[in-house]
Amino acid sequence: MQAIKTMNLSKRYPGITAVCNLNLDIAQGELFSLLGVNGAGKTTTIKMLTGLTTPSGGDAIVGGHSILRERAQVKQLIGVSPQQTAIAPNLTVKENLQLICGIHGFSREKTRERIEKIAIQLALGDVFSRKAGTLSGGWQRRVSIAMALISEPQILFLDEPTLGLDVIARHALWEIIRALKGKVTIILTTHYMEEAQALSDRIGIMKNGRLLATGTAEELIHLAGEHDFEAAFVALVKEDVLCE
Amino acid sequence: MRMMTFAKRCAKEILRDPVNLGFGLGFPLVLLVLLSCLQKNIPVPLFEINMLTPGITVFGLSFMTLFSATLIAKDRESAFLQRLYTTPLMGIDFILGYMLPVLPIALAQTVLCYLAAIPLGLSISVHMLSAIAGIIPMAVFNIALGLLCGSVLNVKQVSGLCGALLTNLSAWLSGVWFDLKLVGGIFEKAAYALPFVHAVEMEQALFSADYALAFAHVFPIFLYGTGTLALAAVCFLRQMKQQ
Repeated sequence: MQAIKTMNLSKRYPGITAVCNLNLDIAQGELFSLLGVNGAGKTTTIKMLTGLTTPSGGDAIVGGHSILRERAQVKQLIGVSPQQTAIAPNLTVKENLQLICGIHGFSREKTRERIEKIAIQLALGDVFSRKAGTLSGGWQRRVSIAMALISEPQILFLDEPTLGLDVIARHALWEIIRALKGKVTIILTTHYMEEAQALSDRIGIMKNGRLLATGTAEELIHLAGEHDFEAAFVALVKEDVLCE
Repeated sequence: MRMMTFAKRCAKEILRDPVNLGFGLGFPLVLLVLLSCLQKNIPVPLFEINMLTPGITVFGLSFMTLFSATLIAKDRESAFLQRLYTTPLMGIDFILGYMLPVLPIALAQTVLCYLAAIPLGLSISVHMLSAIAGIIPMAVFNIALGLLCGSVLNVKQVSGLCGALLTNLSAWLSGVWFDLKLVGGIFEKAAYALPFVHAVEMEQALFSADYALAFAHVFPIFLYGTGTLALAAVCFLRQMKQQ
């Protein structure tokens, strides 16, 4: 069953087309990575799929609901961890999680259960009572993902979740993301080849707002006629592609 | 329910910022004490405690603008709002959630000013209660102004505009520090075209139980309050859509 289907999804700004006629199918439980250089259209795609930006053309079905006509229903199904750290700095980690539960209308009992579960799942015990603003970048990113997960989303959007993190924090987050695979549909955007290769079921490569190719890392290597994924990525994005 | 959850969060963010809170709540009290001391040495009718205290409570409201504008601008810059825009919260939840928690803080500040004025010579009167309740329309104007500034300005601009310019404007054009009639002309006309002096004179009238005079000042405050609130709501919803 499909979790996300886009039909000629496009976003145009004056003088620039950020996303051009995107057609994408993502299966339920799949971890799909959008890979591309700066300005490829990855974040704009996520913004349209999460209801932050209205498409200029086309539509997308997210969890069975149109992002144009059923935005409220879509918002009930998704969790988003934005590119920048998005936490309430003067609230403790626990209060940040309680905030999201309250916004989703959870009962007191369900809030307690969800927080206990997420705290174990993401190993937040040590920082639970600390103000989120005092945590390191890696921990803040982990809290940000916990906030995206606490509402039990069917579809999780992770926009460059490991950007700016050191190698240890990055690998710790990879473990968390791996543990989620199969339980939640995950759409991940990243700049990092090794991240996309290590985590994804399938990868979509974007450039200038267009989807150049999709497939497993091995399929993309084969498609580009290269021996490793980085070389395949470079070969695929080297071609000049402009939106018509 | 969702709105209240968000409002609680906003209250915590404001109340847990010790610099903001200390300066915002403490500065009007310091001014009250200083000007009362000045009045004891060089008697000026304007600085008599029953005239000064209502004026200081109105001046203190400019910090409410700073509180709400800073919080909103910070949320916008940190992508925290972007996250919340992907949740089931609606535009009205955000607007009320940002505004409601600042209202009790404004009332608490007003109560603190009146309590602090008692040892300085202010006689305890039942009219204090009407003066405290009467601060609400002007508080709504100041909080709505914060929503407006936070929706269109960044954190740096908010500090400059709300922190420096607005506090000075509300001080100079309110008639608290000097009698506007002494300056007269365009300055006095400009002051009376804005809500600050009306709020001060309404508070002074309420404290002296002159309800007819207080009522005469209600209209401009109400007009500025509703106008600013409507504009703030439009600007907030517009920036929400632009995300």
